[in-house]
Amino acid sequence: MNGFVGTILAVNPVPWARGQMAFTLAVHIILVPLGVSWAALALIANYRGIRRNDKDAMLLAERWSNYMAVTFAVGAVTGTVLTFEFGLLWPRFMGQWGEAFGVPFAFEGIFFFTEAIFLSIYIFGWRRLKPWAHFWTGVPVVFTGILGSASVVAANAWMNDPSGFTLNSAGEVVAVDPWKVIFNDAMPLMSLHMIIAAYVVGGFLVASVYAFAMLRGRRDRYHRVGFLIAFTVGAIAIPIQMGVGDSLARWVYNNQPTKFAAIEMVANTESDVPEVLFGHLNSDGTVTGGIPIPGLASWLSDPATGKGTVIQGLNAVPANTRPTIAQVNVVHLSWDIMIGLGTLLMLLAIWYAACWIFRRDMPRSKLFLRIASCAGVAAIVAMEAGWVVSEVGRQPWMVYNLMTVEESATANTGIWVMSVLVGVLYIGLAITTVLILRKMSRRFRERGNGAHDVPYGPSEPPDTEPCAAAPTDDAEPAEDVEAPV
Amino acid sequence: MATAVALVLFLAITAYAVFGGADFGAGFWDLVAGGARRGDRPREIIDQSIAPVWEANHVWLIFIFVVLWSGFSEAYASITLTLFVPLAIAALGIVLRGSSFAFRKTVFTTRDRRNFGAAFAISSVIVPYCMGACAGAVASGRVPTGGVAGDPVHSWINPTSILGGVLAVLVCAYVAAVYLVWDSRRLGDTVMADYFRRRAVVAAVVTGIVLVVGIFVLHADAPYVFDGLASRALPLVILSGICGAASLILLVRNAAHYARALAVGAVASVIIGWGVAQWPYMLPTSLKVADAAAPSGTLSTLVVATVMLVLIVVPGFALLYHLDQRSLLPEEGID
Repeated sequence: MNGFVGTILAVNPVPWARGQMAFTLAVHIILVPLGVSWAALALIANYRGIRRNDKDAMLLAERWSNYMAVTFAVGAVTGTVLTFEFGLLWPRFMGQWGEAFGVPFAFEGIFFFTEAIFLSIYIFGWRRLKPWAHFWTGVPVVFTGILGSASVVAANAWMNDPSGFTLNSAGEVVAVDPWKVIFNDAMPLMSLHMIIAAYVVGGFLVASVYAFAMLRGRRDRYHRVGFLIAFTVGAIAIPIQMGVGDSLARWVYNNQPTKFAAIEMVANTESDVPEVLFGHLNSDGTVTGGIPIPGLASWLSDPATGKGTVIQGLNAVPANTRPTIAQVNVVHLSWDIMIGLGTLLMLLAIWYAACWIFRRDMPRSKLFLRIASCAGVAAIVAMEAGWVVSEVGRQPWMVYNLMTVEESATANTGIWVMSVLVGVLYIGLAITTVLILRKMSRRFRERGNGAHDVPYGPSEPPDTEPCAAAPTDDAEPAEDVEAPV
Repeated sequence: MATAVALVLFLAITAYAVFGGADFGAGFWDLVAGGARRGDRPREIIDQSIAPVWEANHVWLIFIFVVLWSGFSEAYASITLTLFVPLAIAALGIVLRGSSFAFRKTVFTTRDRRNFGAAFAISSVIVPYCMGACAGAVASGRVPTGGVAGDPVHSWINPTSILGGVLAVLVCAYVAAVYLVWDSRRLGDTVMADYFRRRAVVAAVVTGIVLVVGIFVLHADAPYVFDGLASRALPLVILSGICGAASLILLVRNAAHYARALAVGAVASVIIGWGVAQWPYMLPTSLKVADAAAPSGTLSTLVVATVMLVLIVVPGFALLYHLDQRSLLPEEGID
């Protein structure tokens, strides 16, 4: 930077770059599950709607796809910001590693393309396409959503387990094995963990909206079906997620011992390590507070050797190659939050499953609905916490053991301006998105579930078409803006 | 193989310009459509024209970035390092534009529609300007390589960048107007077809004038690219001129059918011509394509991805546009 602006406003870019990346990713990661799993929920409802001629399910599918139009648009643009940020915030990282790190994104691009195309067809095809043809246009959205997330997480996994490249003596990438870049050792479990997280979050989040509506007294069949489809998906996903998460934790234990030491707050290498719920690591390596469960961390790390399992401590590596004490505490707290909320969701799913098995019905108690109406937020918090564990636990590395975050960041001292603008814009965006979705929901409710809502109706006379829609050549002109002009 | 990937990059930029560009241009016409009552019908046509396709078109930008950072990571790092300001503005503009457009469709009060519409329309002009300015910065050799940032201000506020930015906005507006003529006819609105036809003619004429001025700007400010345009890329420049002139004549004579294809041809040959003109450089005149290129493993991955693009995405696009053009994607569900 030069000139007046540069000299006055020069601020160390690293914390700003880090904060901005974390913030924009934290927002984007909430929208991702909706893009990935909501389409699947809509298709389940759509299938039910056509197969069993279930009008409620059909209406749900249609409205969900309407909400999705909004969340997908916001997800697409916030995702685009990330592609700018790779270069704007981390030019040295991209210049050095783009050739390897970028590889999975080539396929992510293809999948995202396909997802966007078919989602558009699905969202806009309700009225004029034939029922099953329309249903099948939604199917690619589900698969490309899964494959797209797998590709993006492959890039993130590569940062944890950089592989598939050859460096020359100057440290430049001179050969790339794309297969090994994509299918690095960390990729299968990390991708699976994120994809299932998308279903956990999508399922519980959508279900929580209908649980809330049922608590408000809207206990009609429409709300019940909406709840059942979404909650069942979440309830099936959560036990799988616990299993995958357990395997992933063991992978971290074996391959990223420093991250694992941060998760378990282990300062010095030892066996018989307790699992401390909450608590705090001090700079002298002692742990205060929290509830220790003797030997559990060791036992979980490798049940074969039980409490005798040795866990490598933070002090086993030099201080500048491991997370700081503050970062360790963030990682550990996030870990506890993720596991804690995941377990609660699991118990809720068991409650639900038990009722189905014994009574062939969902739990009727208000308590269940109250907890279920919080399950969506809980799932989001658990996912964000898990992501914090993965990212903060890798500190100070951008590319594990090869390049630090400090070395990756831009030297541009003016980026804080962009960070502030992004912060303001995203907060506005988040508030508006929620308001818009609520407004849509209110409008749907006011309109009721009546006869107007007939999809696949090519013979609908044009005068029943709502605003901003002139589907036929002889459709009505201008005056259909509802409000007084 | 580096050449092939560079070609893919410029073809992707072309695709973004003729598809995504038209969506930006539609935002430009939205911006100048006038007050709530007068601009209501044009805005409605614009809404219906771009709503089903803009997200898919937008992915071209992501594909461009991916090819750039995987295939030519040094160029990507240099561009983002130097052109931080216009790229940051473009990123924010894209967020504002996409979300406002999606939001506008869901609100019905005039005040809300106006606010979201304004955000959508203004950012639809700012974003292509910034991107054109970045292209101008690259073309005029203001993006140095080697991990040092170029001038943070003059790299994108200079004659070639201003030319690039203005041209980008104009070209988007021109292409969009030509498409909107077509879409208005498809929707059976001859009044609007004529409305957009007149605007397409104006945009074409203004673009032509700016291009003539641009010749002098490039001569003075971007000599390497100017020389390339006057020699290697001359056939493409001439082709672009012929396509542009022919589409203008057809528009004036109210024969918009082929005007669309010719307009696309004019834009495509300009962009490919730019690529040919700065050959063999990625960043004239400091970074050659061959030197910037990633190892062969990465390049072959990009070629594989491009083949997948042709086999999967292009038919998908064809289906989307086919359904859209047959008015089978009229609206979002039952809303």
